[in-house]
Amino acid sequence: MTDELPRTGAAADAAGGDALPAAGQPLLRIEGVAKTFGTFRAVDGVSLDIKAGEFLALLGPSGCGKTTLLRMLAGFEAPDEGRILLGDKDIAQALPHERPINMMFQNYALFPHLSVRDNIAFGLKRAGMARADIAARVAEMVALVKLEGLEKRRPDQLSGGQRQRVALARALARRPQLLLLDEPLAALDKKLRENTQGELMELQRRLGMTFIVVTHDQEEAMTMASRIGVMNAGRLAQVASPRELYEAPRSRWIAEFVGDVNVFDGETRLRDGHRLVIGTRDAGTLVVAEPREPVGAGKFSIAIRPEKIKLSRRAPVSEVGRETTINIIDGVIADICYLGGTTTYKVKLDTGGIVRASVANSARLDVDAYSVGQQIVAWFTPDDCVVLPS
Amino acid sequence: MSSRRIFARPARFAAIAPYVWMALFFLVPFAFVLKISLSQTAIAQPPYEPVFDLTAGWDALRAAFAALSIDNFKLLVSDDIYVFAYVRSLTVALTATALLLLIGYPIAYGMARLPKSWQAVAMVLVIVPFWTSFLIRIYAWINILQHDGLLNQILLALHLVGQPVVWLSTDSAMYIGIVYSYLPFMILPLYATLAKMEPALEEAAGDLGAPPWQVFWLVTFPLSLPGVGAGVLLCFIPIVGEFVIPDLLAGSNSLMIGQTLWLEFFTNKDWPVASAAAIVLLLVLLVPLLLYERLQKRQLEQGR
Repeated sequence: MTDELPRTGAAADAAGGDALPAAGQPLLRIEGVAKTFGTFRAVDGVSLDIKAGEFLALLGPSGCGKTTLLRMLAGFEAPDEGRILLGDKDIAQALPHERPINMMFQNYALFPHLSVRDNIAFGLKRAGMARADIAARVAEMVALVKLEGLEKRRPDQLSGGQRQRVALARALARRPQLLLLDEPLAALDKKLRENTQGELMELQRRLGMTFIVVTHDQEEAMTMASRIGVMNAGRLAQVASPRELYEAPRSRWIAEFVGDVNVFDGETRLRDGHRLVIGTRDAGTLVVAEPREPVGAGKFSIAIRPEKIKLSRRAPVSEVGRETTINIIDGVIADICYLGGTTTYKVKLDTGGIVRASVANSARLDVDAYSVGQQIVAWFTPDDCVVLPS
Repeated sequence: MSSRRIFARPARFAAIAPYVWMALFFLVPFAFVLKISLSQTAIAQPPYEPVFDLTAGWDALRAAFAALSIDNFKLLVSDDIYVFAYVRSLTVALTATALLLLIGYPIAYGMARLPKSWQAVAMVLVIVPFWTSFLIRIYAWINILQHDGLLNQILLALHLVGQPVVWLSTDSAMYIGIVYSYLPFMILPLYATLAKMEPALEEAAGDLGAPPWQVFWLVTFPLSLPGVGAGVLLCFIPIVGEFVIPDLLAGSNSLMIGQTLWLEFFTNKDWPVASAAAIVLLLVLLVPLLLYERLQKRQLEQGR
């Protein structure tokens, strides 16, 4: 069985080398994979292509199936349906030790009875590497994650950050075609987490390796990943770049899950070229840009990110020759939430609804700040609005 | 301030309580036995001399001390009966402990891998024999193992044997009895260590290329060694001194030290030799205990 599968880097080295797919070429194809535990359908028909060299994040609330999907890629769970193609081999039923895929575990799962060196060497020994090669590779890995001098320590003699590095080095040592990371930074404190994010990205770029990271932290996913797969109730809701996910979410659920958003429900009143006029209950009549895939008449939700909503004391004057259609709504400041870099204002609209507007605190002295009860104008352009099926 | 004083006393008592217990119920009896082991038999009440009489005055006490000797210990070393009994006890205990480990480990491993709700059920099943008296369970085995007992009936019905097998008064019967009786003491510490082991560790080993048997030998087994040590000691030590099971199930041609001790004490009425045999047994059992202690300490200090 092992021989039919693509080898791991370590095994491949021992066998005389085995070319990995070039960056950008498809590496792994997940086809209609599903997994049921009892009556609970944890993963419900997921299909996804992963390209060599990409950094993909699986993002979702707990119980969405992201960890189960990752465990199926590692081989700890066998899918009930579907195929997992690595190259042109279906590895869906292969055992973990038969896959050229390694995983970094959420709580690191370092072997407590082995030293740092032996933890890192564990996978290399299993691959049957020569002693001298193992020593060289371990030294290389130790240097890579900056753990020099700690080789003889046991895991319980290391700090959390050091343990995280050992786990990473151990998972990278075999030079896997694909590295899976299960909540790799969840156990670190905030400052360390931010530094480590950067290091992980740097490492991934330098090694040209393919990473799939599972996380429930959207900032972490946005920062690190080149592509994010959002999962909900066992399905992939959207797979897109961080920017596209944020600016062009495909459903109301995604818009609300990723970042903060104001949502108004409404109905199409009029179509004017590439503009839609939509009547909403809470925000009056709004002019919005027609989405890329044209929609028919009917009920829609309009999503606007808080930072897209501008506030001013008077209605803005449109400049000649520019887009002139602007949605302008009068309102009163209802609540102020100061966050340091930004301030979120809750505005009670005269049309009945409430919007949250996020304003950058670009001046140190609050000459421009508004106060509760102040009359205000909230405005945004048609392009700031995302039209979503209701 | 006053509340501190109120709570400080029970706390201090709790700290010394184990030592008081050990002094009262181990050291004092041990001193008695040690004294008797250095005495000589006598046809008297108690059946040994000298007898310390604290009211007889200083000189009498000194004479009593002078009368103590290590002759009984010399006898233990010079007489084959005792040496054989010790060797047999250790052999039986080693064999039985090895069997217990071989049988107990897979059971404990299986229990630890059961769904959580079933683990409690399995635990009760392991402990449930304790509901019945130990002696009665051994008598039940006599019933099962006798000439027309249940075991022979089953073997005959399955045509595995043509004639009833003689089980009683054999070493096989004794090992069956010992393994049966001590199995919970092997399973429980093993189960405790295996159940609290992080499943991700075994997954990590598999992920790093170890096939299942390597996962077991390189990760699961080394990490369960504290449980193995505890289970082995919990079985080995009492089995060395075991009396009831060999007496009821094994033959009478070679005796374990527990049986020899009993004979000296009740049949020969030789309390001093019986006491000396008990002291030597204690010293013999101290060796594995100290070894285990040192092993654990070393594991704690440097690991691996």
